Amino acid sequence: MKRIVLWFMSTLTVVTLLFGYHTSTSASGTPTSVLAQPSSDTAATSGTGDSSGSSSSAASTVTGPAADTRWGPVQVQLTVEDGTITDVTVVEYPTGNGKDRQINARAIPVLVQETLDAQSADIDMVSGATVTSEGYLESLQAALDEAGL
Amino acid sequence: MSTVPTVLMVEHVMGMPISLALRGRHATDDVGRAAWAETMAVLRAVDDVFSTYRPDSVVRRLDRGEITLADCPPEVQEVLALGAAAERDSGGAFSVYRPGPDGRVVLDPSGVVKGWAAERAAEPLRALDGTDFCLSAGGDLLCRTLGPDTPPWRIGIEDPHDPRRVIAVVPLGTGAVATSGTAHRGAHLVDARTGRPPEGVASVTVVADSLTDADIDATAAYAQGCEAADWLAGRPGRTGFVVWADGSTTSVCGPDAEEHAVG
Repeated sequence: MKRIVLWFMSTLTVVTLLFGYHTSTSASGTPTSVLAQPSSDTAATSGTGDSSGSSSSAASTVTGPAADTRWGPVQVQLTVEDGTITDVTVVEYPTGNGKDRQINARAIPVLVQETLDAQSADIDMVSGATVTSEGYLESLQAALDEAGL
Repeated sequence: MSTVPTVLMVEHVMGMPISLALRGRHATDDVGRAAWAETMAVLRAVDDVFSTYRPDSVVRRLDRGEITLADCPPEVQEVLALGAAAERDSGGAFSVYRPGPDGRVVLDPSGVVKGWAAERAAEPLRALDGTDFCLSAGGDLLCRTLGPDTPPWRIGIEDPHDPRRVIAVVPLGTGAVATSGTAHRGAHLVDARTGRPPEGVASVTVVADSLTDADIDATAAYAQGCEAADWLAGRPGRTGFVVWADGSTTSVCGPDAEEHAVG
């Protein structure tokens, strides 16, 4: 799930980056942006950031602005070669904030097909009726703690 | 999902085991251990004020009329206000006042205190940078996950008919899970309107943003017996899982609670 969200955010940010890039390059007088790179103009070199006068086979990298998402800031670095994105690296991703809670706390408990013991269920903690210290030793949580210690 | 080394610790306070799982930067160092010590110190301080077992606790002295509310630390009023709100929201099924053995009404804020206390006790853990935690107070827990690279905590829900086994699983990054039932302590939970144990329900699990809310709602829903799932379904931002006395189950998704298939 997280991976899908991250992938989605990356995609979103790439799009944001591509749209945003046009403005910055226009301001600096560079004629083309990654987005505007015409596919027919194969000989042209995109003057992307750190590369200048490079051949069409040279790869250049572009780092986009940090985009604010509901999960926190996301920043993506693109490697562009011949007008094609060849690599995408996430240089900044959300490290967790209050909004995470809104997403995660919606998780719904799912019935397991057959009741499981702690080991086969691969669980970190057990929620159950209040365990007293006296009853602790016979509880599932004790088994987990034992396994971890 | 990747396997992240998890460190588990356990201590006892308030008559129940407190378990902490840590993973990440401070899972094994002195900073993490100091935070854990602070967490336990908060819970011990809460016990001094709210214990219903210790005759010298603030709540017991308040109940006996030896002191007034004005003499109590401010958190007593905070807890009583939470209890009053829960009583209102549950139509009176939940109450911090219950009939004692001699028929006299006694003050027992236990149904509010545990979740509320664990939320406070988690503050030192929240201050740990780069560290995920899952803190359980006698079977009610809250957890936090930082960053997209770590998997959510996998929370097992105990089978009330066989407490050695797990009946459901909820993956939870950040949030709280509380379960009310009588598997370990007998029929101590009652419908405050009748003074009798609720019928038809074996356990109620509530998932919410805060353990204060999850704990109160789990107890309030349980107290309503057969109405537990219907009542919970009207609670904003909650999801839940009800195990009925006959062994059947109901998953509940409250309003504003969109389902997210985490993991």
